[in-house]
Amino acid sequence: MLNVNDILETINMIKQENLDIRTVTMGISLFDCISDDPKRLEQKVYDKITKSAKDLVRTAEDLEHTYGIPIINKRVSVTPVSLIGGALDAEGFVRLALVLEKAANELGINFIGGFGALVQKGMTLGAKNLIDAIPEALSKTTKVCSSVNVATTKAGINMDAVKKMGEVIKETAYLTRDNDSIGCAKLVVFSNIPEDNPFMAGAMHGMGEPDTVINVGVSGPGVVASAIKREGVCDFSHLADTIKKTAFKITRVGQLIAYEASKRLGVPYGIIDLSLAPTPAVGDSVAHILENMGLERCGTHGTTAALAMLNDAVKKGGVMASSHVGGLSGAFIPVSEDAGMIEAAECGSLTIEKLEAMTAVCSVGLDMIAVPGDTSAATISGVIADEIAIGVINNKTTAVRLIPVYGKGVGEDVEFGGLLGHAPIMKLNSYSCEEFISRGGRIPAPIHSLRN
Amino acid sequence: MKAVITVIGKDSIGIIATVSAECAKYGVNIVDITQSVLKDYFAMIMLVEIENMNTTFASFQKELEKMGKEKSLDVRVMHEDIFNSMHRI
Repeated sequence: MLNVNDILETINMIKQENLDIRTVTMGISLFDCISDDPKRLEQKVYDKITKSAKDLVRTAEDLEHTYGIPIINKRVSVTPVSLIGGALDAEGFVRLALVLEKAANELGINFIGGFGALVQKGMTLGAKNLIDAIPEALSKTTKVCSSVNVATTKAGINMDAVKKMGEVIKETAYLTRDNDSIGCAKLVVFSNIPEDNPFMAGAMHGMGEPDTVINVGVSGPGVVASAIKREGVCDFSHLADTIKKTAFKITRVGQLIAYEASKRLGVPYGIIDLSLAPTPAVGDSVAHILENMGLERCGTHGTTAALAMLNDAVKKGGVMASSHVGGLSGAFIPVSEDAGMIEAAECGSLTIEKLEAMTAVCSVGLDMIAVPGDTSAATISGVIADEIAIGVINNKTTAVRLIPVYGKGVGEDVEFGGLLGHAPIMKLNSYSCEEFISRGGRIPAPIHSLRN
Repeated sequence: MKAVITVIGKDSIGIIATVSAECAKYGVNIVDITQSVLKDYFAMIMLVEIENMNTTFASFQKELEKMGKEKSLDVRVMHEDIFNSMHRI
């Protein structure tokens, strides 16, 4: 017989501490849809997605009932669209985005990711056309997510792409100005993009992946925060141990769901993403974990160290619990999606400079940060360049998801709704980096001996 | 295949009887029961065999949750594997 306390602990995690499976994401390869006829390409893409994922939502809902754990999102990620639509013009890519949206609606999924390009070294004509199409595509769809990889540790940083993405973000903000520039919440600029990430907006189905695959993203910042609170005053070894044990339990649930989903759908299981993904709900915040460790407010001195330890302990516990770990796997720090981060930003404790430092020790990067609408494209490119450089030099994934909210300035607030939450507009450095960004070309790949 | 039924709420007469009757109705065999009462707070955990049940897992779950609501109890039916995977290596 199972131990009574164990059973109550699990139920408490789900009921009181917001433990959930954040996403079951099906990756679908679209390489077999390639055609020189745009109409035929669109039809094949629609058919492949709707056929491969037809049982995804129903199966995930069945699993929710059977195991009594909520599965918040059901998603699909596809091969970066620039790779299968290499011959399309920008208009053709917008039409393809509408096809992805139609397929997502037909399936009843929450998001579809992969409207993206890999341009770390240079742009093909297809990639250029896709990037040109992003603002219009994101303004005409609600479920399509876009990601562009502008750098890798091996290739260096494509600064032409960094410059371009600053402009694309500005234009996306303008085209979705009636909805607080929400289009930018579905657009991420990456360095070292993972090929198997189940989380949006950066999910895509990489080139080395099987035809279809199931990837699962767990959650549970509330569970970790409560566990730390329960331990009370203890030293860091004990604290790290507590986080590890909790992360282990959370990940085991993810592993179970991934295994069962894969079995029921007849689709191979890819990876579990160990990331602690927060939501704006009270008690589901990564910032509150850091505060429970003894920081008065997230963003104060000590925050980077606390996050570094949290991130490492989550990985150590999670790795033991799952046979395949991948994606972003770490702690997420999206400002608008985390109640504690929002509070910290509102009271001035959390600044963009501190967030940048924090991204050096955790997964992802500057995520869901609202900035003034009149920020120049060059400044946005400057923010991207800084963040991407951290990823390239440290051989890790970093990303930028900035929302220059049209018509709003520092001190105002923006409401995105749902899982995307709300955020205060954060201040950026007002000095120009225009000359630096407009140089163009590539920043060479870093040397990885002589580490300092 | 086994499931875990948990019933949490204010203590009253006949909770176990009601849950057991529901189980019998749907051909669900009770394997083990633990229950405790702390002050007025009642917590029962029942391990049941659902291999030969005469309904679907989803509808059994629905019926029990409905019964729980009527009696102001929090009743959950979950597959035992979620507990096994979380607490057993």
